[in-house]
Amino acid sequence: MRAVIIVVGKDSVGILGKVAGCCAEYQVNIIEVTQSILQDMFCMMMLVDATNSTIPFTQLADHLNTLGRELGLSIQAMHEDVFTSMHRI
Amino acid sequence: MINTKDILETVNMIQDENLDIRTITMGISLLDCATGDNATTCRRIYDKISRKAEHLVRTGEEIEKQYGIPIIHKRVAVTPIAMIYASCGGDPVALARVLDKVAQDIGVNFIGGYSALVQKGFAAGDEALIRSIPEALATTDRLCSSVNIGSTKAGINMDAVALMGRIVRESAEKTADRGCIGPAKLVALCNAPDDNPFMAGAFHGAGESDCVINVGVSGPGVVRAAIHKLADADLTEVADTVKRTAFKITRMGQLVAREASRRLGVPFGIVDLSLAPTPAVGDSVAHILEEMGLERCGAHGTTACLALLNDAVKKGGVMASSHVGGLSGAFIPVTEDAGMIDAAACGALTIEKLEAMTAVCSVGLDMIVLPGDTPAETISGIIADEAAIGMINSKTTAVRVIPAIGKSVGEELNFGGLLGRGPVMRVNPASPAKLIARGGRIPAPMQSLKN
Repeated sequence: MRAVIIVVGKDSVGILGKVAGCCAEYQVNIIEVTQSILQDMFCMMMLVDATNSTIPFTQLADHLNTLGRELGLSIQAMHEDVFTSMHRI
Repeated sequence: MINTKDILETVNMIQDENLDIRTITMGISLLDCATGDNATTCRRIYDKISRKAEHLVRTGEEIEKQYGIPIIHKRVAVTPIAMIYASCGGDPVALARVLDKVAQDIGVNFIGGYSALVQKGFAAGDEALIRSIPEALATTDRLCSSVNIGSTKAGINMDAVALMGRIVRESAEKTADRGCIGPAKLVALCNAPDDNPFMAGAFHGAGESDCVINVGVSGPGVVRAAIHKLADADLTEVADTVKRTAFKITRMGQLVAREASRRLGVPFGIVDLSLAPTPAVGDSVAHILEEMGLERCGAHGTTACLALLNDAVKKGGVMASSHVGGLSGAFIPVTEDAGMIDAAACGALTIEKLEAMTAVCSVGLDMIVLPGDTPAETISGIIADEAAIGMINSKTTAVRVIPAIGKSVGEELNFGGLLGRGPVMRVNPASPAKLIARGGRIPAPMQSLKN
């Protein structure tokens, strides 16, 4: 399955590395990354493939959430279908 | 990759605009549980519901995590219990208690279907079941009850209307020590749908398959936010925006419904395209109407705004789902909608205006707090008026009113939670007692010469 990881918050050093590290730890492959800074806010979206993830997706979402809290950011992982079904006919 | 703007829009809808899936409701037929004996029937009902809905709550929570979208309620609707009671007899409240018990054990917050369909007359068991409703609601926590008293095909059963006025009052009296919660879980319907996932009117119709998943979406906050961006746009553009937004909201419902159906191994029934408000700030249907340009919900022009909203929600939603049903429209429950509460409290919104609004939206006079001394005949009169609107316009209408025992106009009744709070609203003091006492049936209306 593919998922989108959305990171929003105040920019700081190493955000991308930490989120990528979390993905690598559970064998989640990063397919694509886009990021931008909007008015001092760091905004990153990652498309990942969690097919070979060593933990269930719900747990991965929890881990990323916790990581977000530690970094003072909002990190969410959502199934890709949410976006494709809402925005594509 | 998916467009960044689209991703942020979806995340924003969920985080800031209260987009959620309001309910996943599993409809379960109990027709095969009916036996000639009350105790055996109760046992079979408990076994069937706990078997079918065992994983409902857990599955809902898993889907919530996977898609990152909140699913507020997981609920169960069953075959109208009057049909089961007709064959098993005994104490109908025993069936109510077993439904409440199984709801508690499987972890759902409401179970609907303590119902009778009496639009044309009372069959065996119907009247006894209706008379037991106040006791059933007073002795259970999670049970919801509904009675269909009219339809476009059958007309209005005015004997049932008269009875329901008394039942609503009695339910309030029996639960006066608990904020009159009884009638908040009781609804009188005209043209009740068989596949409605929303409480209190949910039941599993006789024409449905054995077990089915119906999903109710929500999202008044998302629609309001979308209209807010159209400061000076004309109403064509407003309607188009509502359609586009409703499409997106409904796609979420369709996705969740399909996934729930797959995981539970239960057929997907329908998505109900409703804008269901909650008392939370930013989740109000009244605020959508005010965003369109009304100073207050209830002002002249409110019915027109609601008609536009309701129609655009359906037009946008229909294409987003493979099967649409249930109530499908904007809900206007007074106590569950922050904007309605304010409008009613300041006198801008009256019962008469709400009645007019129900002619163009789903569903009816919903969650309206009446003075504690409102006579049963007046409540019956309110039910009859609403049923007449539904019958003539071939639409579902409903009445869920709460006589606040011991309170009068100017005071407030507070249920807490999603049922919210509301001011006691003024009721026309002139009596319809003679009309209600006549009984009989209002004949089914013409289906041609429509003017």
